[in-house]
Amino acid sequence: MSPVLRPRLHLALAAVALTALAACGPATLPPAGVVNDPDEQANRAMHDFNVGVDRAIVRPVSLGYGQVVPEPLRIGLRNASSNLDQPLYVVNNVLQLRLQDALQNTFRFLVNSTFGLGGLLDPATDMGIFAADTDFGETMHVWGISEGGYVVLPVLGPSTSRDTVGLLVDTAMNPTRLAFSTPESDYITGLSVTDGLNTRYELGNEIDRVYYDSPDGYRQARILYLQNRRFELRNGGAVDYLDPYAESQEAPYLDPYEDPYAQ
Amino acid sequence: MRNNTGLSRRVFLSLAAAFAAAAIQPTRIWATMTMDAATNVVARLVGELYTVINSGRPEAQMYSEFEDLLDRYADMPIIAQSVLGADWRRASDGQRRTFVNVFKAYISRKYGSRFRDLVGGRIEVEGSRTIRSFFEVTSVAHLRGEAPFEIVWLVSDGSGEARIFNLIIEGINLRTTEAEEVGALLDRNRGDIDAMIADLRNAS
Repeated sequence: MSPVLRPRLHLALAAVALTALAACGPATLPPAGVVNDPDEQANRAMHDFNVGVDRAIVRPVSLGYGQVVPEPLRIGLRNASSNLDQPLYVVNNVLQLRLQDALQNTFRFLVNSTFGLGGLLDPATDMGIFAADTDFGETMHVWGISEGGYVVLPVLGPSTSRDTVGLLVDTAMNPTRLAFSTPESDYITGLSVTDGLNTRYELGNEIDRVYYDSPDGYRQARILYLQNRRFELRNGGAVDYLDPYAESQEAPYLDPYEDPYAQ
Repeated sequence: MRNNTGLSRRVFLSLAAAFAAAAIQPTRIWATMTMDAATNVVARLVGELYTVINSGRPEAQMYSEFEDLLDRYADMPIIAQSVLGADWRRASDGQRRTFVNVFKAYISRKYGSRFRDLVGGRIEVEGSRTIRSFFEVTSVAHLRGEAPFEIVWLVSDGSGEARIFNLIIEGINLRTTEAEEVGALLDRNRGDIDAMIADLRNAS
């Protein structure tokens, strides 16, 4: 075979393999209330550790960050961090064969990196080009791999066994990371840590409620994460809603003592 | 001939069963709720909600007004039953009644304290569609400093009137989320329903 043809053949084979993978269809998503948590004990220990880290470090530092750094700068840094994720989204979009999303993310990256002054500004959003966020966990979902067990990661918090693998793959294949060596790659890491603090600051009250107010913060974080993650993976697809009227063994209104609707 | 008799008896029995079912839950069989009715419930609730939020009244007073809105627009008994799940069956009538009321006050406090975020924003009802025997009403929340997000309301007339029985934001639905909270309170009290209700009175 001619040496010119060989790379093309590889590309063709990869395309066939991807098409075959994507043809399997996405994994079935469990209904809202279903939780698979085989390592609950270890997960609970990690949750307690994370709450401790949050109380001692993440929460106070994020509050300081939010108060010291003015909002326009915080938004700028958030934009820059999110812009650097864009190439990784494109790689995953291609692996998912969601080519429209790949084009959208590419265009967004180009617009924000140039007119958006390296990503500090976000003119793409003003043009109606939103980020089609994704990750390798979603790519595996599209390939038919189910979510696996619930996992609590150190500091990062809720995940699943599939999405933990996804996170490692994303970190390893992130084009932004591969494109830079030290010290630039350290700046990128610094930027994502900053972005994490900013997220903690912006979601402050919600996270406080789950971590510190809920009767069982572990359970609450788990159900919130799983529902939201499945929603993301559904990608706008139809939901099988639970119907309490069909489930109800007896109507709750037949109260012999009092009409529940009475004032 | 005997076959025929058997068949007609079966038909009779199933007809009788159908009538019995119809007698127990008449609204389920002859549901007449229209899509407009479902959309209206949500639109009216959102309108009244904003009136309360913009009134600038003290927080405690707002919470009791939210309770009043839940009474008029939500099917609290079915939500409470569904949240309690299997434990509803072993609860006494008194416990059920107390739970519905305490749960309603808890929801008003918990979500009422978040309604501050709604000030200066708006919720627009977009449309609705039929799902089996109920309706899904979609709306979009435009809040200050946030990207618009979708709120989905589920509306049924299973109680006899068009009422909201669940709401879903970013995939997170109220029923499933609160079932975990109530379940955690029950576990903490080793399944004691009265103790769970006492804890729920103080939960926020």
